[in-house]
Amino acid sequence: MNKEWPIWEIFIRSKNGLEHRHCGSLHAADEDMAIQNARDVYTRRQEGVSIWVVESKHITASNPEKNGEMFEPAADKVYRHPTFYELPDEIKHM
Amino acid sequence: MENKTLSLEEQFQNRIDSGENIEAKDWMPEKYRKTHIRQISQHAHSEVVGMLPEGNWISRAPSLRRKVALLAKVQDEAGHGLYLYSAAETLGISREELNEQLNSGRAKYSSIFNYPTISWADMGAVGWLVDGAAIINQVMLTKTSYGPYARAMVRICKEESFHQRQGYEIMLSLCNGTEAQKAMAQDALNRWWWPSMMMFGPRDEDSPNTEQSMKWKIKKKTNDELRQQFVDQTVPQAEILGLTIPDKDLKWNEERGHYDFGTIDWDEFWDVVKGNGLMNEKRLKDRNEAWDEGKWVRDAASAYADKQAEKRAKKTA
Repeated sequence: MNKEWPIWEIFIRSKNGLEHRHCGSLHAADEDMAIQNARDVYTRRQEGVSIWVVESKHITASNPEKNGEMFEPAADKVYRHPTFYELPDEIKHM
Repeated sequence: MENKTLSLEEQFQNRIDSGENIEAKDWMPEKYRKTHIRQISQHAHSEVVGMLPEGNWISRAPSLRRKVALLAKVQDEAGHGLYLYSAAETLGISREELNEQLNSGRAKYSSIFNYPTISWADMGAVGWLVDGAAIINQVMLTKTSYGPYARAMVRICKEESFHQRQGYEIMLSLCNGTEAQKAMAQDALNRWWWPSMMMFGPRDEDSPNTEQSMKWKIKKKTNDELRQQFVDQTVPQAEILGLTIPDKDLKWNEERGHYDFGTIDWDEFWDVVKGNGLMNEKRLKDRNEAWDEGKWVRDAASAYADKQAEKRAKKTA
Protein backbone atom coordinates (compact mmCIF):
# COMPACT_ATOMS: atom_id res chain seq x y z
CA MET A 1 0.00 0.00 0.00
CA ASN A 2 1.54 3.27 -1.02
CA LYS A 3 -1.12 5.82 -1.70
CA GLU A 4 -0.87 9.44 -0.70
CA TRP A 5 -3.54 10.57 1.75
CA PRO A 6 -5.79 13.33 0.42
CA ILE A 7 -5.44 16.98 1.49
CA TRP A 8 -8.08 18.43 3.80
CA GLU A 9 -8.81 22.10 4.33
CA ILE A 10 -9.26 22.96 7.99
CA PHE A 11 -11.68 25.53 9.40
CA ILE A 12 -11.66 26.50 13.07
CA ARG A 13 -14.23 28.37 15.14
CA SER A 14 -12.17 30.17 17.78
CA LYS A 15 -15.14 30.67 20.10
CA ASN A 16 -18.90 30.44 19.97
CA GLY A 17 -20.37 33.51 18.36
CA LEU A 18 -17.61 33.69 15.74
CA GLU A 19 -17.51 32.03 12.33
CA HIS A 20 -15.33 29.10 11.33
CA ARG A 21 -12.26 30.45 9.56
CA HIS A 22 -9.87 28.71 7.23
CA CYS A 23 -6.58 28.13 8.99
CA GLY A 24 -4.64 25.70 6.82
CA SER A 25 -4.54 22.21 5.42
CA LEU A 26 -3.18 18.77 6.17
CA HIS A 27 -3.09 15.21 4.87
CA ALA A 28 -5.23 12.50 6.46
CA ALA A 29 -6.54 9.08 5.50
CA ASP A 30 -10.16 10.00 6.26
CA GLU A 31 -12.34 12.67 7.87
CA ASP A 32 -11.96 11.34 11.41
CA MET A 33 -8.20 11.40 11.16
CA ALA A 34 -8.36 14.85 9.58
CA ILE A 35 -10.23 16.16 12.63
CA GLN A 36 -7.81 14.44 15.02
CA ASN A 37 -4.81 15.85 13.21
CA ALA A 38 -6.39 19.29 12.98
CA ARG A 39 -6.91 19.23 16.72
CA ASP A 40 -3.23 18.38 17.29
CA VAL A 41 -1.89 20.83 14.74
CA TYR A 42 -4.17 23.85 14.98
CA THR A 43 -5.64 23.88 18.50
CA ARG A 44 -2.69 23.07 20.76
CA ARG A 45 -3.11 26.40 22.51
CA GLN A 46 -6.88 26.52 22.84
CA GLU A 47 -7.35 28.21 19.48
CA GLY A 48 -10.67 26.54 18.81
CA VAL A 49 -13.97 25.13 20.05
CA SER A 50 -15.11 23.59 16.76
CA ILE A 51 -13.42 22.14 13.69
CA TRP A 52 -14.67 21.64 10.14
CA VAL A 53 -12.69 19.57 7.66
CA VAL A 54 -13.37 19.51 3.93
CA GLU A 55 -11.45 17.48 1.42
CA SER A 56 -9.69 20.03 -0.78
CA LYS A 57 -10.97 18.52 -4.03
CA HIS A 58 -14.52 19.50 -3.03
CA ILE A 59 -13.69 23.19 -3.03
CA THR A 60 -14.38 25.11 -6.23
CA ALA A 61 -12.46 28.35 -6.47
CA SER A 62 -12.98 31.39 -8.67
CA ASN A 63 -10.35 31.98 -11.31
CA PRO A 64 -8.01 34.87 -10.38
CA GLU A 65 -7.44 35.55 -14.09
CA LYS A 66 -11.09 36.53 -14.31
CA ASN A 67 -10.96 38.84 -11.31
CA GLY A 68 -11.70 41.81 -13.55
CA GLU A 69 -15.09 40.70 -14.80
CA MET A 70 -15.80 39.01 -11.48
CA PHE A 71 -15.19 41.82 -9.03
CA GLU A 72 -14.78 45.11 -10.89
CA PRO A 73 -18.50 45.64 -11.57
CA ALA A 74 -18.91 46.46 -7.87
CA ALA A 75 -16.34 49.24 -8.09
CA ASP A 76 -18.57 51.88 -9.69
CA LYS A 77 -21.65 51.29 -7.53
CA VAL A 78 -20.97 53.83 -4.84
CA TYR A 79 -24.73 54.19 -4.30
CA ARG A 80 -24.56 50.91 -2.38
CA HIS A 81 -22.75 52.69 0.44
CA PRO A 82 -24.47 54.95 2.99
CA THR A 83 -22.01 57.80 2.43
CA PHE A 84 -23.30 58.22 -1.14
CA TYR A 85 -26.42 59.93 0.19
CA GLU A 86 -26.06 63.57 1.17
CA LEU A 87 -28.13 64.60 4.13
CA PRO A 88 -28.07 67.75 6.26
CA ASP A 89 -25.77 67.60 9.32
CA GLU A 90 -28.61 68.16 11.77
CA ILE A 91 -30.18 64.80 10.92
CA LYS A 92 -29.39 62.39 13.78
CA HIS A 93 -29.64 58.59 14.14
CA MET A 94 -29.29 57.86 10.41
CA MET B 1 4.47 35.36 -27.68
CA GLU B 2 7.70 36.93 -26.43
CA ASN B 3 5.90 40.22 -25.78
CA LYS B 4 3.06 38.58 -23.90
CA THR B 5 5.42 36.80 -21.51
CA LEU B 6 7.26 40.04 -20.87
CA SER B 7 4.10 41.88 -20.06
CA LEU B 8 2.91 39.16 -17.68
CA GLU B 9 6.19 39.41 -15.81
CA GLU B 10 5.92 43.17 -15.71
CA GLN B 11 2.39 42.96 -14.36
CA PHE B 12 3.59 40.49 -11.78
CA GLN B 13 6.43 42.78 -10.71
CA ASN B 14 4.00 45.69 -10.48
CA ARG B 15 1.77 43.72 -8.14
CA ILE B 16 4.77 42.90 -5.94
CA ASP B 17 5.99 46.49 -6.01
CA SER B 18 2.60 47.77 -4.90
CA GLY B 19 2.74 45.45 -1.89
CA GLU B 20 0.19 42.89 -3.09
CA ASN B 21 0.52 39.28 -2.01
CA ILE B 22 0.71 36.53 -4.59
CA GLU B 23 -1.68 33.64 -4.03
CA ALA B 24 -1.48 30.02 -5.13
CA LYS B 25 -3.61 30.25 -8.26
CA ASP B 26 -2.17 33.54 -9.50
CA TRP B 27 0.10 33.62 -12.49
CA MET B 28 3.75 33.71 -11.43
CA PRO B 29 7.08 33.41 -13.22
CA GLU B 30 8.37 29.84 -13.21
CA LYS B 31 11.48 30.95 -11.37
CA TYR B 32 9.40 32.53 -8.61
CA ARG B 33 7.55 29.23 -8.23
CA LYS B 34 10.72 27.13 -8.23
CA THR B 35 12.55 29.44 -5.83
CA HIS B 36 9.64 29.21 -3.43
CA ILE B 37 9.33 25.46 -3.64
CA ARG B 38 13.02 25.22 -2.85
CA GLN B 39 13.02 27.76 -0.05
CA ILE B 40 9.78 26.69 1.64
CA SER B 41 10.64 23.01 1.47
CA GLN B 42 14.14 23.60 2.86
CA HIS B 43 12.51 25.52 5.64
CA ALA B 44 10.05 22.66 6.26
CA HIS B 45 12.84 20.08 6.22
CA SER B 46 14.74 22.19 8.77
CA GLU B 47 11.78 22.09 11.14
CA VAL B 48 11.50 18.33 10.76
CA VAL B 49 15.22 17.58 11.10
CA GLY B 50 15.38 20.18 13.87
CA MET B 51 13.32 17.84 16.02
CA LEU B 52 16.14 15.27 16.07
CA PRO B 53 18.84 17.04 18.12
CA GLU B 54 16.23 18.02 20.72
CA GLY B 55 14.31 14.75 20.72
CA ASN B 56 17.64 13.33 21.80
CA TRP B 57 17.22 15.08 25.19
CA ILE B 58 13.52 14.60 25.98
CA SER B 59 14.07 11.44 28.00
CA ARG B 60 17.02 12.98 29.84
CA ALA B 61 15.56 16.37 30.73
CA PRO B 62 16.49 17.20 34.33
CA SER B 63 12.93 17.82 35.58
CA LEU B 64 9.33 17.26 34.58
CA ARG B 65 8.95 21.00 33.94
CA ARG B 66 11.83 20.95 31.49
CA LYS B 67 10.59 17.75 29.94
CA VAL B 68 7.05 18.94 29.14
CA ALA B 69 8.45 22.19 27.75
CA LEU B 70 10.91 20.40 25.47
CA LEU B 71 8.27 17.95 24.38
CA ALA B 72 5.90 20.80 23.52
CA LYS B 73 8.65 22.58 21.61
CA VAL B 74 9.46 19.50 19.54
CA GLN B 75 5.76 18.98 18.88
CA ASP B 76 5.50 22.60 17.68
CA GLU B 77 8.35 21.93 15.28
CA ALA B 78 6.47 19.02 13.75
CA GLY B 79 3.52 21.39 13.32
CA HIS B 80 5.74 24.04 11.76
CA GLY B 81 7.07 21.49 9.30
CA LEU B 82 3.51 20.66 8.39
CA TYR B 83 2.43 24.30 7.87
CA LEU B 84 5.41 24.78 5.59
CA TYR B 85 4.95 21.57 3.62
CA SER B 86 1.33 22.63 3.05
CA ALA B 87 2.50 26.01 1.78
CA ALA B 88 4.96 24.30 -0.58
CA GLU B 89 2.23 21.98 -1.83
CA THR B 90 0.15 24.95 -3.00
CA LEU B 91 2.86 25.45 -5.63
CA GLY B 92 2.27 22.06 -7.21
CA ILE B 93 4.71 19.69 -5.53
CA SER B 94 3.38 16.66 -3.63
CA ARG B 95 4.11 15.72 -0.04
CA GLU B 96 5.49 12.43 -1.26
CA GLU B 97 8.03 14.19 -3.46
CA LEU B 98 9.01 16.53 -0.63
CA ASN B 99 9.53 13.61 1.69
CA GLU B 100 11.52 11.76 -0.88
CA GLN B 101 13.77 14.78 -1.47
CA LEU B 102 14.57 14.96 2.23
CA ASN B 103 15.04 11.28 2.88
CA SER B 104 17.21 10.70 -0.18
CA GLY B 105 19.52 13.52 0.90
CA ARG B 106 18.84 15.55 -2.26
CA ALA B 107 17.21 18.38 -0.36
CA LYS B 108 19.04 20.74 1.95
CA TYR B 109 18.00 21.77 5.43
CA SER B 110 19.56 24.24 7.82
CA SER B 111 23.18 23.20 8.52
CA ILE B 112 22.79 24.10 12.16
CA PHE B 113 21.16 20.72 12.77
CA ASN B 114 24.27 18.93 11.62
CA TYR B 115 26.00 19.92 14.85
CA PRO B 116 25.66 17.55 17.81
CA THR B 117 23.80 18.34 21.04
CA ILE B 118 26.16 16.83 23.59
CA SER B 119 25.04 18.31 26.91
CA TRP B 120 21.83 19.52 28.53
CA ALA B 121 23.15 23.07 28.23
CA ASP B 122 22.88 22.63 24.47
CA MET B 123 19.09 22.62 24.86
CA GLY B 124 19.45 26.05 26.41
CA ALA B 125 21.85 27.33 23.76
CA VAL B 126 19.77 25.93 20.90
CA GLY B 127 16.59 27.57 22.19
CA TRP B 128 18.30 30.85 22.90
CA LEU B 129 20.61 31.17 19.88
CA VAL B 130 19.28 28.87 17.17
CA ASP B 131 15.64 29.73 17.72
CA GLY B 132 16.66 33.34 18.28
CA ALA B 133 18.35 33.45 14.88
CA ALA B 134 15.44 31.60 13.28
CA ILE B 135 12.92 34.06 14.72
CA ILE B 136 14.78 37.03 13.20
CA ASN B 137 14.53 35.39 9.81
CA GLN B 138 10.95 34.29 10.32
CA VAL B 139 9.65 37.66 11.49
CA MET B 140 10.98 39.09 8.23
CA LEU B 141 9.23 36.30 6.32
CA THR B 142 5.80 37.14 7.75
CA LYS B 143 5.92 39.99 5.20
CA THR B 144 7.10 37.85 2.30
CA SER B 145 5.20 38.23 -0.97
CA TYR B 146 3.83 34.70 -1.30
CA GLY B 147 0.60 34.56 0.71
CA PRO B 148 0.59 30.92 1.90
CA TYR B 149 4.23 31.22 3.04
CA ALA B 150 3.59 34.50 4.84
CA ARG B 151 0.54 33.08 6.64
CA ALA B 152 2.45 29.98 7.74
CA MET B 153 5.14 32.30 9.10
CA VAL B 154 2.66 34.35 11.11
CA ARG B 155 1.44 31.22 12.83
CA ILE B 156 4.97 29.94 13.37
CA CYS B 157 6.20 33.21 14.87
CA LYS B 158 3.32 33.24 17.34
CA GLU B 159 4.30 29.80 18.57
CA GLU B 160 8.04 30.25 18.38
CA SER B 161 8.54 32.92 21.02
CA PHE B 162 8.15 30.41 23.85
CA HIS B 163 10.90 28.31 22.30
CA GLN B 164 13.48 30.99 22.72
CA ARG B 165 12.34 31.93 26.19
CA GLN B 166 12.48 28.34 27.42
CA GLY B 167 16.03 28.06 26.05
CA TYR B 168 17.15 31.27 27.70
CA GLU B 169 15.60 30.15 30.97
CA ILE B 170 17.66 26.95 30.85
CA MET B 171 20.81 29.05 30.34
CA LEU B 172 19.80 31.37 33.16
CA SER B 173 19.31 28.46 35.59
CA LEU B 174 22.69 27.01 34.69
CA CYS B 175 24.41 30.39 35.02
CA ASN B 176 22.86 30.89 38.45
CA GLY B 177 23.93 27.39 39.48
CA THR B 178 27.26 25.87 40.46
CA GLU B 179 30.58 26.70 38.79
CA ALA B 180 30.36 23.46 36.85
CA GLN B 181 26.87 24.30 35.61
CA LYS B 182 27.95 27.75 34.50
CA ALA B 183 30.93 26.22 32.72
CA MET B 184 28.53 23.90 30.91
CA ALA B 185 26.52 26.93 29.73
CA GLN B 186 29.70 28.70 28.58
CA ASP B 187 30.82 25.60 26.72
CA ALA B 188 27.46 25.38 24.93
CA LEU B 189 27.67 29.06 23.96
CA ASN B 190 31.22 28.50 22.69
CA ARG B 191 30.08 25.71 20.43
CA TRP B 192 26.78 27.22 19.19
CA TRP B 193 27.73 30.85 18.66
CA TRP B 194 29.47 30.60 15.30
CA PRO B 195 27.14 27.99 13.79
CA SER B 196 24.24 30.28 14.79
CA MET B 197 25.93 33.22 13.05
CA MET B 198 26.20 31.05 9.94
CA MET B 199 22.45 30.41 9.93
CA PHE B 200 21.90 33.70 8.08
CA GLY B 201 23.81 32.33 5.10
CA PRO B 202 26.75 33.65 3.09
CA ARG B 203 27.83 37.28 3.12
CA ASP B 204 25.79 39.53 0.84
CA GLU B 205 28.58 39.75 -1.72
CA ASP B 206 28.67 35.92 -1.92
CA SER B 207 24.91 35.53 -2.10
CA PRO B 208 23.98 35.76 -5.78
CA ASN B 209 20.25 35.13 -5.21
CA THR B 210 19.77 38.00 -2.79
CA GLU B 211 19.10 40.63 -5.44
CA GLN B 212 16.29 38.68 -7.13
CA SER B 213 14.87 37.63 -3.76
CA MET B 214 14.70 41.25 -2.65
CA LYS B 215 13.11 42.29 -5.93
CA TRP B 216 10.40 39.69 -5.51
CA LYS B 217 10.11 40.52 -1.82
CA ILE B 218 10.86 36.93 -0.88
CA LYS B 219 13.34 38.52 1.51
CA LYS B 220 13.05 42.01 2.83
CA LYS B 221 16.48 42.17 4.46
CA THR B 222 19.86 40.82 3.37
CA ASN B 223 21.79 38.07 5.16
CA ASP B 224 24.26 40.55 6.60
CA GLU B 225 21.52 42.87 7.86
CA LEU B 226 19.81 39.98 9.65
CA ARG B 227 23.12 38.75 11.09
CA GLN B 228 23.89 42.21 12.45
CA GLN B 229 20.44 42.34 14.05
CA PHE B 230 21.14 38.98 15.71
CA VAL B 231 24.47 40.13 17.13
CA ASP B 232 23.05 43.42 18.38
CA GLN B 233 20.20 41.79 20.24
CA THR B 234 22.12 38.76 21.56
CA VAL B 235 25.20 40.45 23.06
CA PRO B 236 23.25 42.16 25.89
CA GLN B 237 21.46 38.85 26.57
CA ALA B 238 24.82 37.11 27.01
CA GLU B 239 25.90 39.88 29.39
CA ILE B 240 22.87 39.26 31.59
CA LEU B 241 23.86 35.60 31.75
CA GLY B 242 27.41 36.59 32.61
CA LEU B 243 28.73 34.55 29.68
CA THR B 244 31.40 35.52 27.17
CA ILE B 245 30.71 35.35 23.45
CA PRO B 246 33.66 33.53 21.84
CA ASP B 247 34.70 36.36 19.54
CA LYS B 248 37.69 38.52 20.49
CA ASP B 249 36.79 41.06 17.81
CA LEU B 250 33.33 41.65 19.18
CA LYS B 251 32.93 45.24 20.30
CA TRP B 252 30.46 48.10 20.24
CA ASN B 253 31.00 50.55 17.41
CA GLU B 254 29.69 53.91 18.53
CA GLU B 255 29.84 55.38 15.04
CA ARG B 256 27.83 52.62 13.38
CA GLY B 257 25.52 52.13 16.34
CA HIS B 258 26.13 48.37 16.02
CA TYR B 259 28.48 45.72 17.33
CA ASP B 260 31.47 44.87 15.16
CA PHE B 261 32.28 41.19 15.05
CA GLY B 262 34.94 38.79 13.83
CA THR B 263 35.16 36.78 10.64
CA ILE B 264 33.08 33.66 10.19
CA ASP B 265 34.90 30.49 9.19
CA TRP B 266 33.32 30.17 5.75
CA ASP B 267 35.29 27.02 4.95
CA GLU B 268 33.51 25.30 7.82
CA PHE B 269 30.18 26.73 6.62
CA TRP B 270 30.56 25.31 3.11
CA ASP B 271 31.96 22.06 4.41
CA VAL B 272 28.84 21.42 6.50
CA VAL B 273 26.56 22.56 3.66
CA LYS B 274 28.28 20.00 1.44
CA GLY B 275 27.40 17.25 3.89
CA ASN B 276 30.60 16.89 5.90
CA GLY B 277 29.21 18.08 9.23
CA LEU B 278 29.50 15.88 12.28
CA MET B 279 25.87 14.82 12.17
CA ASN B 280 24.80 14.98 8.48
CA GLU B 281 24.87 11.23 8.08
CA LYS B 282 23.20 10.46 11.40
CA ARG B 283 20.35 12.92 10.81
CA LEU B 284 19.47 11.38 7.45
CA LYS B 285 19.75 7.89 8.84
CA ASP B 286 17.40 8.76 11.73
CA ARG B 287 14.95 10.43 9.34
CA ASN B 288 14.86 7.39 7.09
CA GLU B 289 14.47 5.01 10.01
CA ALA B 290 11.58 7.05 11.40
CA TRP B 291 9.94 7.03 7.98
CA ASP B 292 10.43 3.31 7.44
CA GLU B 293 9.39 2.34 10.94
CA GLY B 294 6.25 4.46 10.63
CA LYS B 295 5.16 2.63 7.51
CA TRP B 296 2.96 0.12 9.31
CA VAL B 297 1.15 2.99 11.07
CA ARG B 298 0.48 4.74 7.76
CA ASP B 299 -0.64 1.48 6.19
CA ALA B 300 -2.91 0.66 9.12
CA ALA B 301 -4.50 4.12 8.98
CA SER B 302 -5.13 3.74 5.25
CA ALA B 303 -6.62 0.27 5.71
CA TYR B 304 -8.84 1.51 8.53
CA ALA B 305 -10.01 4.47 6.44
CA ASP B 306 -10.85 2.16 3.52
CA LYS B 307 -12.80 -0.15 5.79
CA GLN B 308 -14.76 2.73 7.32
CA ALA B 309 -15.55 4.09 3.85
CA GLU B 310 -16.80 0.65 2.80
CA LYS B 311 -19.02 0.44 5.86
CA ARG B 312 -20.50 3.85 5.17
CA ALA B 313 -21.11 2.93 1.54
CA LYS B 314 -22.96 -0.22 2.64
CA LYS B 315 -25.11 1.74 5.08
CA THR B 316 -26.24 4.27 2.49
CA ALA B 317 -26.79 1.59 -0.17
